Amino acid sequence: MSVQYNIQYKAGAKLGSTVCDGQILVLRVPAVPIDLRIGGAPVAAANAGAERTAIDAALAGGIQTGKRYTDEAETMEFLCTRGGAGSISVNGAVLGIKAAKALPSSD
Amino acid sequence: MNLFTLLEMAADAMGDRIAISHGDTDIDYAGLLAASRRVAARVRATAATRLAYLAVNGPAAPAALFGAALAGVPYVPINYRLAHDEIAALLARIPGALLVTDAAVTAAGITCLTPAELLADGLSWPGEAPDDDRGIAVELFTSGTTGAPKAAILRHDNLMAYILGTVEFMGADEADATIVTVPPYHVAGISAVLSSVYAGRRMVQLPAFDPGEWLALVRRHGVSNAFLVPTMLQRITEHLGTTPPVVPSLRALAYGGGRMPLAVAERAMDLFPGVDFTNAYGLTETSSTIALLGPDDHRTARAAADPAVRARLGSVGRALPTVEIEIRDDAGLPVGSGIAGLVFVRGDQVAGEYQGLGSLLDADGWFPTRDLGWIDSDGYLYLDGRADDVIVRGGENISPGEIEAVLLAHAHVRDVAVVAVPDQQWGESVGAAVVLAAGAAVTAAELQALVRGKLRSSRVPALIRFVEVLPYNETGKLLRRVVRGDLSR
Repeated sequence: MSVQYNIQYKAGAKLGSTVCDGQILVLRVPAVPIDLRIGGAPVAAANAGAERTAIDAALAGGIQTGKRYTDEAETMEFLCTRGGAGSISVNGAVLGIKAAKALPSSD
Repeated sequence: MNLFTLLEMAADAMGDRIAISHGDTDIDYAGLLAASRRVAARVRATAATRLAYLAVNGPAAPAALFGAALAGVPYVPINYRLAHDEIAALLARIPGALLVTDAAVTAAGITCLTPAELLADGLSWPGEAPDDDRGIAVELFTSGTTGAPKAAILRHDNLMAYILGTVEFMGADEADATIVTVPPYHVAGISAVLSSVYAGRRMVQLPAFDPGEWLALVRRHGVSNAFLVPTMLQRITEHLGTTPPVVPSLRALAYGGGRMPLAVAERAMDLFPGVDFTNAYGLTETSSTIALLGPDDHRTARAAADPAVRARLGSVGRALPTVEIEIRDDAGLPVGSGIAGLVFVRGDQVAGEYQGLGSLLDADGWFPTRDLGWIDSDGYLYLDGRADDVIVRGGENISPGEIEAVLLAHAHVRDVAVVAVPDQQWGESVGAAVVLAAGAAVTAAELQALVRGKLRSSRVPALIRFVEVLPYNETGKLLRRVVRGDLSR
């Protein structure tokens, strides 16, 4: 990764991949700028019609709608609102799915 | 964050799945999204400050909830069972609102349209849902069982935290359906919409609860899930008598929203033997459920011979993984397990604020529920009434719950409410309104002796009145204020 795109995101921001259909909602981020990418390319505002670039084959594990993604230390959390072919990475590290305990429906 | 995201995700991932069944009408998620965009266009066209809903449950209610979110105004469902002047008083508190109603309402500054008009073809608002910091999603007037209704504020962030923390996206099978009987103005009516949409579970709406109709709809729609308030479950068990119903599709039955008598829970489990029972405890101010007693807990307790294990059916379960619950004493200090005190709760879903009164959260984010209870050594929460219902007799605090439990254990006592009554010597003393089983003859002295044999003498009701029925509101909340008034007369 030659260029760093360090941006301070805020909870509630809707972001989209520039390499695949993937979209995410920022649930929680640290109070420092981060280099947030999907499929190896920097994210853009969702539905902004950003030009597509090529996916990084090393970051093509994909994201699934409805899953929450977090870093190992759980300092940040993103909700995948639309699935895509790229993986989410922050400062070069790929994020994993946050395990959720299955609960009985109470509504 | 904005709740509209939940519906967008559902429409995107499963647009042709049925979202709502109402009578003979089915609406899929794409259709609900389109309806919500029309609602938002109508809100924006009238420059409304709120979208209020004063009608029974129907497809317009979920569309109004999501449409208001898209338009960036609070959704305000109002209790249609209130008296005319009570409704007028609430409408006066929401000037500038667009009101969805079938009723002939005229109120200054309020524009009305019917549910059918709300859903009718028209312009669609194509824009993105706003992401306002701390934007208000819902204002819910509390039932006001102890005073004038307060307008509880639920922000998008609170409700999103609840849904994302408790519901798996598309976790339901396409064939699943839940039957919604709680009214739109109850917090469980709001959470039913949000949970069902996010899980992809079809909502079968039953606007006016009736046990026979409920069973018929469960069969007709192959309903898999249900939520009921205790009085509804009680009416279903009474309707069935001793004959278990033929409802093979029903897998899970959740209940909450008020005190569930142990006998009703046990009887319901016996009538629905294959069904998973879940008890949900929550408040309007906490965006619905904060603790759950799950299916395994129910089965273990029901099958147990040990009374201590069996008593767990009377627990509301353990805190959600995303929520902390703590018991504190009158001085505000946390107490250990098994010790009763005030229930406090903390978590992102906890809103704990009211219009005009501000936030009731303390500096560390804890909300005082005003419920009384204790937590056992395994983390199970037991509730024991409201702090406001405590009887203060000569400086001694007496909780109605333990006295009610003793009286309810009498074979001929069907229902009971223990409240404070004015007393010249003690300030307050214990009063009890008792409903006896049909044809039973029990004296006040007999019941007083029963309490004296089990509890301290200060707990013995000084006044016992036999009544035909206790006053409950339509969602099963005992109106203690009314009982107190009756017994004080």
